[in-house]
Parts: sequence; structure tokens; C-alpha cells
Amino acid sequence: MKTLFPYLTKPLVLVGGVLALGWLLVAILAPLIAPYDPLQTLQPLTKPMTVGAKGEFFLFGTDMLGRDIFSRLVWGARTVVIYSTLATLTAYAFGLILGLVAGYAGGRTDAVLSFLANVVLSFPVLVLYIVIIVVIGASPVNIVIAVTFSSAPAIFRIVRGITIDIASRDFVKAAITQGESTWRILLVDILPNTTGPLSVDFCLRLGYTAITIGTLGFLGLGLPPPTPDWGGMVNEGRSMAIAFPHLVIFPCIAISSLTLGLSLLADGLREVNDAKERQA
Amino acid sequence: MFLGIFLMRKVAIAVATMLVVSFLIFLALEVNVEDVAVKVLGQYSTVEQRAAWLAQNGYNDAFALRYVRWLGNFVTGDWGMSTFFRAPVAEMVMPRLAASGLLAGGALLVIVVFGLGLGVLAGMRPGSLLDRVISVFSVVTTSIPDFASAVFLSGIFVFWLGLLPGASAMISGFSLAELVLPVSVLGLYSMGYLARVTRASMADVMGTHYIRTARLKGAGMGRIVLRHALRNALITPITVIMLQLPWLLSGVIVIEVFYAYKGFGTLLYDAALNQDIYLIEACAMVSVLVVVLSQILSDLIYGWLNPRIALGAEA
Repeated sequence: MKTLFPYLTKPLVLVGGVLALGWLLVAILAPLIAPYDPLQTLQPLTKPMTVGAKGEFFLFGTDMLGRDIFSRLVWGARTVVIYSTLATLTAYAFGLILGLVAGYAGGRTDAVLSFLANVVLSFPVLVLYIVIIVVIGASPVNIVIAVTFSSAPAIFRIVRGITIDIASRDFVKAAITQGESTWRILLVDILPNTTGPLSVDFCLRLGYTAITIGTLGFLGLGLPPPTPDWGGMVNEGRSMAIAFPHLVIFPCIAISSLTLGLSLLADGLREVNDAKERQA
Repeated sequence: MFLGIFLMRKVAIAVATMLVVSFLIFLALEVNVEDVAVKVLGQYSTVEQRAAWLAQNGYNDAFALRYVRWLGNFVTGDWGMSTFFRAPVAEMVMPRLAASGLLAGGALLVIVVFGLGLGVLAGMRPGSLLDRVISVFSVVTTSIPDFASAVFLSGIFVFWLGLLPGASAMISGFSLAELVLPVSVLGLYSMGYLARVTRASMADVMGTHYIRTARLKGAGMGRIVLRHALRNALITPITVIMLQLPWLLSGVIVIEVFYAYKGFGTLLYDAALNQDIYLIEACAMVSVLVVVLSQILSDLIYGWLNPRIALGAEA
């Protein structure tokens, strides 16, 4: 509780935490919260807060295929939480390992890896996604691959920088003198020191990834239909948004509140980390 | 003298980057010749047709040879024929790039004016109410995905207030009104980052001894900010502006698709939806080239603004 306390006193962190955790809960409890099957055709294009022909209640209305938008939003939370987390974690796995290796080994290994990271980072993110998706196709696994490929270099850079800094400290030199293996030094002595800055980056990146998956869905290059996906819902409803704004407004509010929550959380983490550093 | 060496080094890195990028793009899109034939001739072409087309167009040569030939053609301006638009790719890309340049230029203006302006206002008195309001505002605008803010802003200004057109296809000629929404959404999304960097830089400068001295001398706040603080506080933010370009290019794709604006973004998007591989290759190459050039420019600006940094050193 004591370690949590500095985080809880900041109102914005609290708002961010409530939004992010709220969506996490919705994702976990989706089958209990959603009143209907997100893929089931009930009654096409009813407005929000209406009662259907068979006495169903449509809180956010239904889409052109007659699917309940509230249920699709709830299940869509599960889609975005699962794929954002998965893609961010795999990106971290690659970025962490390569960053530790490059920062510790230095020399030619570092030069080659850093150059390759810069090459990938010189693509505008969305252009990179489009090329990857055109080549390997749009499927859940391929979206995770695309995000990993484009995010790992940025994580690599952060980890490499921290590793170079820490590897020059005395306790690492002591570990080398003691004859500890290189992997032990990397994983036990250096890795734990990266958690501060990386926790902030993880939150932010989770938000970016959610935005990316949403954007790909909006462009029609994301998860294939009929998967309930917020970006995809905006894409499908866009042509009818003038007459039926509820088709696009609710999914937009959903994704915005999630990504806003994550960046407020990242902001709070950064402030508290900075304060800790100043004290130390 | 130093500048020459510095520039040559940067250009050499840029050329190496472009070479690797071109190889990756070619590898990704053309390593599988069967796929190329299907994408160019369509799903319903026969096996014989594909074989004949591949033979005619030199696709039976070794991969390395094909890459070198492709790169040579690319450098000399022969970018192939678009399979979807049935037109030379090189002629299509440039006008679309200019159209997007207009959009991105407008957005950049919004970013510079509001990003720098709000950042300076917030950083003048760190911790004040104004600072906190501006900080929250910039977090909110950058956290909301651009397609969502396009929906929100269009909802307000097009459907509710009826002030602006909701599409920017420019069917009946150039229209400034049709540029307002796409430029605002793009600018708003990328503005927050610059505002943040400016605020941090400004706050640092306001805490230095020479500003305190100026204050003790009794100089007014306006004079302190304008005469003493701004010059040093703006070095980092101005460098960062150029680095916004890759972000802006990604945003341009989304916003152009949303507002049906005929620019580089919709060109790449149409190419992707129609598996138009030569057009995709050219668009990808051009967008990376824009990013690489903007990085060189950003390094130059930084060196020029900050004479303390030796240009030869690693930035």
C-alpha cells in the first residue's frame, strides 16, 4: 500500500487507472456484461435506447446487420486488450533481448543492430504496417507480427541506452571479476535496473498499439470481420454515419477513453519515477 | 569545414539506410515471383499466361540481378506501371505528394503555432493553473486516435453546427473550407508532443540563474520571456518539429482516407487495397526518403541553432 500511495494521490493517475482498469475488467467479464451475442443478427439499425420487436433493449442501438452495438463494444474490449497486450509483449521480448545484447557487447554487434533499428524506424509507422499487411495478409497473428516488427526497434533503443549506462557501473565490474556468466549479468544485474523507464514506456506503447490496431481496423486492414473490433466498427458504419451517428460515435468514445486512460497512467508513472530519482 | 564533413557523414548514412530499405521493400514484395504474377495479372489468369508474363518481364533471372535492375530503374525515375490505375507510377506519385504537402504544411503550421505557443505559456510558470490546463489539453489531444478525433470534430462542425464540409475531395476545384477539418485534426493530434517538449525546455530555462537575475533586476515577465528565455528555450523544440514528419505522414494516410482527400495517403491506401505492388513500392520508397531527408534537415537546424554542439560529434 505504501508503494502505491504516491500514485493514488494524483487525480489524473486515478482517472487514467480507472479508465484502463475499467476496460480490462470489461474485457475479462465480457460474457457476463454483454446482453447479446456480438455476432447475432437481431434487428437492423435501431437507434440507441430503444426496445426491439421481441422486447430486447438496445442501449447503444444496433448496426446495419442488426447486431447489438453495446455487446460488440464489450466484446471489442476483449479483442483490443488481448491483441494490444500480446503485440506489446512480443515487441518487448525482442527489444529487450537485442537491446541488452547490443548495449553490453558494444562494438560491431551494437553498430549493426543499431543501424538496423534505425532502418526500421525510418519508415512512417503506418506505411510499414501497410507494406507488411499487404505481404502477409490481415489476420490476428500477422497484426501481432507487424506491431512487433515496428515497435521492437524503439524499445531496443531505450534498453540499449540504459544498458550502456549501467554496464559501466562498479557493481557490474565486480560481477565480471567474480566470474559471473554474461547472461547472468544481463538478466540479474542489468535488467532489473531498466524497469523504471520501461514501465512508463510500456503503458504508452500499450496505448499506441491499441491506436494502431484501431487505425488498421478503421482502414479495413485490421482483424477480418466479423470480429468485434472498435476500429472496424467505425469503418463499417462510416458510410451511414450521417443518418445513424451512433454507429461510429460509441466505438470512437470507447477507443479514445482506453488510450487516454493509458497515457494518463504513463504520465503519472513518469512523475512519480522522476520524484523518486530526485530523492535518491 | 566541419559542416562539410558532418553533412557528408549524414548523407552517407542516409544513402546506406535507403539502400537497405529498398532491399527490404523489394524482398518483401517481389521475392515470390508467382505472387507478383498473380498481383499483376489478376486471380483469374491462367498458369500459362503467368509463365509467359514472367518470362517476358525478366522475372526468371536471379533475385540479385532483378534487385539491381529494379534499383537502377528506380533511381533513373522508371517506377513501372500501376496495375490498378493503368498509368506510369512516377507520374502519379508527384502530384499526389504535392497535394499531401499542402495538407501536411497546414498541419505543421498549426503544430508550430499552437505547440510552441501553448508550450511557452505552460512553461512560463511551471505548476500554475494555466500550466496544468494546457498539459491536460495536450495529453487529451494526442491520446485520442486521429480517426476518432476526426469523427468527433466532424460530428460537431459538420453535422451539428453545419459550418464546414465533411468531405475534402475538392471535386469542384480547390476549396480552402475543405482543408480546415483535415488540417485541424492532423495538427491537433501531433501538436501535444511539441507542446510538451517546449514546456519542459521552457521550464528548465525559467529555473536558471540568469533568468532569476533578470527577475531580481525588476524586469517584467513579458520582457524576461521575450528577451531572455525564448532564444534558449526554443532550440530543442525547433529541432523536434522536423522529427514530427514521420508521424505526420502516418496521420496523413488516415486523415486523407477519412476525408476522401486526393493525396499521397489515399494513393498508398488504394494501392494497398488493390495489391498494386509497383505503386506500393514507389510510395514506400518515397515516404522513407521524406523521413530520411527530414532527419538530415533536423540535424542541420540543431547544429546551426546550438553552436556549442560540435557538428562532428554524435548527436
